[in-house]
Amino acid sequence: MSAIDADLSGFVAAAPEGGGRLDLLVRGARCAACLAKVEKAAASAPGVGDARLNLTTGKLTVRFAKPDGDPAGVIRAVESAGYAASLFDPEAAKAADDKEGRRLTLALGVAAFGAGNVMMFSVPVWAGLFGQELEPTTRTLLYWLSAIVAAPCALFAGMPFFRSAWASLRRGQANMDVPISIAVILTLIVSFSETIQGGRHAYFDAAVTLLFLLLVGRWLDHQLRMRAQSATRDLLALQAPAARRIGADGSERGVPVREIAPGDLVAVLPGDRTPVDGVVADGASEVDNSLITGETAWASVTSGSVLHAGALNLSGRLVLRATARSEDSTLAAVARLAEAGAQSKSSYVRLADKAASIYVPVVHALALATFIGTWLVGLGPREALLRAAAVLIITCPCALGLAVPAVQVAASGRLFRKGVLVKSGAALERLAEVDWVILDKTGVLTRGRPQLQRSPDGALVLAAQLARASRHPLAQSLAAAAGPGPTARDVRETPGLGVEGWIAGRCARLGRAAFVGAPGARDSETELWLRVGDEPARRFTFHDELRPDAAKTVTELGRRGLTVELLSGDAAGPVADAARAAGVSRWDAGLTPLEKAAMVDARKAEGRRVLMVGDGLNDAAALAKAHASMAPGSAVDASQNAADLVFVGDDLMAIVDAVDVARAARRLALENFGVSALYNAIAAPAAVFGLVNPFIAAIAMSGSSLVVTLNALRVAWVSRR
Amino acid sequence: MTILLVLAPISLFVALIGLCAFWWTVRSGQYEDPLGDAARILNPDYDDAPLGPP
Repeated sequence: MSAIDADLSGFVAAAPEGGGRLDLLVRGARCAACLAKVEKAAASAPGVGDARLNLTTGKLTVRFAKPDGDPAGVIRAVESAGYAASLFDPEAAKAADDKEGRRLTLALGVAAFGAGNVMMFSVPVWAGLFGQELEPTTRTLLYWLSAIVAAPCALFAGMPFFRSAWASLRRGQANMDVPISIAVILTLIVSFSETIQGGRHAYFDAAVTLLFLLLVGRWLDHQLRMRAQSATRDLLALQAPAARRIGADGSERGVPVREIAPGDLVAVLPGDRTPVDGVVADGASEVDNSLITGETAWASVTSGSVLHAGALNLSGRLVLRATARSEDSTLAAVARLAEAGAQSKSSYVRLADKAASIYVPVVHALALATFIGTWLVGLGPREALLRAAAVLIITCPCALGLAVPAVQVAASGRLFRKGVLVKSGAALERLAEVDWVILDKTGVLTRGRPQLQRSPDGALVLAAQLARASRHPLAQSLAAAAGPGPTARDVRETPGLGVEGWIAGRCARLGRAAFVGAPGARDSETELWLRVGDEPARRFTFHDELRPDAAKTVTELGRRGLTVELLSGDAAGPVADAARAAGVSRWDAGLTPLEKAAMVDARKAEGRRVLMVGDGLNDAAALAKAHASMAPGSAVDASQNAADLVFVGDDLMAIVDAVDVARAARRLALENFGVSALYNAIAAPAAVFGLVNPFIAAIAMSGSSLVVTLNALRVAWVSRR
Repeated sequence: MTILLVLAPISLFVALIGLCAFWWTVRSGQYEDPLGDAARILNPDYDDAPLGPP
């Protein structure tokens, strides 16, 4: 039904080992059986060498034996297996390769190896510190062995920090990685000089353990971020990737959307989205603009009607004359807005960075003062350097690096079990700060699908036979309510009016009142009429049902000190009804996407921190601009990409849960900073006065990290209260 | 104490084997799709031979 029965070979990239490679985004595959089904279906398509589905990312990689494979065949095969497949732009597929993650994983593994194995040599040395027999020569030997294990590991595992520190120094700034890099390098230098001189204070184990603990925090943070980014790339897959251009000879050819120029004629089949902005040149149909405007009522279009990119064609074939290129279309403008919003969010200063901006100058000043002071007191440059290094090691932001990621990972895990996906750690921090909630109506406060409300006795079974043949949302809702069953014979659909077919030898019609000839009925968007043979017409009504816990959610949010506001692109009538039913006193209707985003900006200007909850494409910009944002799992990909959190399932109470957990996580993160500060307040003076030996350094460092991590696990019962 | 000179290299060597194995698992993309790999192991189609790198 989509634009796949056209030539799409432009999407196949040449594979380096010969042949072609195609990336598809497959939705709906969740289990082992799906995996085998999708791969088998794709491999059976003509010309396919092999197909491999990544169940974690939903990406299907198909290899063709020859570079000119046929993507349409693969898509058809996957869709006939029952899964939705969309084309991945070859550029986007390349960007999805997570090199940084692999590098971090390797660094983490190497650091773990170093930190674990250096203990073989560190534990005997520590025993020697406590009066056990240990000759200085043996100690020096053990230190050399430690150096052999720890130094290469520390240099390799430290690379992510060194690289980032160097990049930030070249920009003339100092981020968290600068003190870490200095501490690690200085520690290694001091330890080597101590070992060469046969001294007692070598910290090889501390250097590599420090990196291991920091890398754990860094790795957790990266995993959270990657999940967010991979979701963002799906935005491109949402845009109809291929458009059917009608050539001068009347033939249709699938071309990438970006090749459509103003003036081109494009065919849009029922079930397709319009690829670019344009004017209808031929045909009549109904379109669903809810993605663009949030409006639930469908619009009838005929020759001369103006359509925006992203509108869903419901019933008839349309021929569109393009008026804008894809990059200039409404959908692209919204995507750009979302991107700009995301950038403004990235300027948000995270909790850990705020802490680091206080911490770094203090610690470095202290280390410098220790160095100068010790030298001035007359203990010599060697002791001075040793103590300064001890200060840097013992205060190194191990706990600080773990304080926030540990809490956020524990909190995301808890929310995940409740059906809320958190896309980044920063999102949780921002969510904890919100004091204003803006809800969208369609799809958030309501279910977003028309539900059959009332059907005449015995008519449902008959109507469903006609409804099954149509892609119209009302018909599909009716078919879903009836369950599986037979389809009427010789069904014909009249765009914008209804379907006609034969049931048990009698002609039957399902559609608008005028179409079935119902006398005196007004034409309404939320009802269908059925007439079988000469019987009187019967009416089915539909409405967009409020989620069952909408009112409770609004009350609970109010109890937490949050003001709730309803903003919708829908007409004032339905919005007022929904607002009344849910108990929301502030509402506004008929808003365009830009107006919604502007409302969010206005609240921001008032000093409010806004949580935006929305599902349509019309919400994407507002979602990206809000301080924090959530989208239901049923939302369009663009909104899910723009949102910080996505909740699956029908429970709106997930918003309240998310706010609770985010607030608990913030409290725990601050507690963790307190623990780190307390630990530093005790350990730093000890280091300044030279009371620290390698054993104490190791215990203090891992001890504080352990306390911080254990505290993070409390998020489960702190948020329960 | 000379026993150290024998045992320390041996234990390091053993640990190094583990590290190399880990390195190989990362390089060959075994952490790219944890969900899919967990599913694949249950599928009799792939039982007698691994599927190979992506």
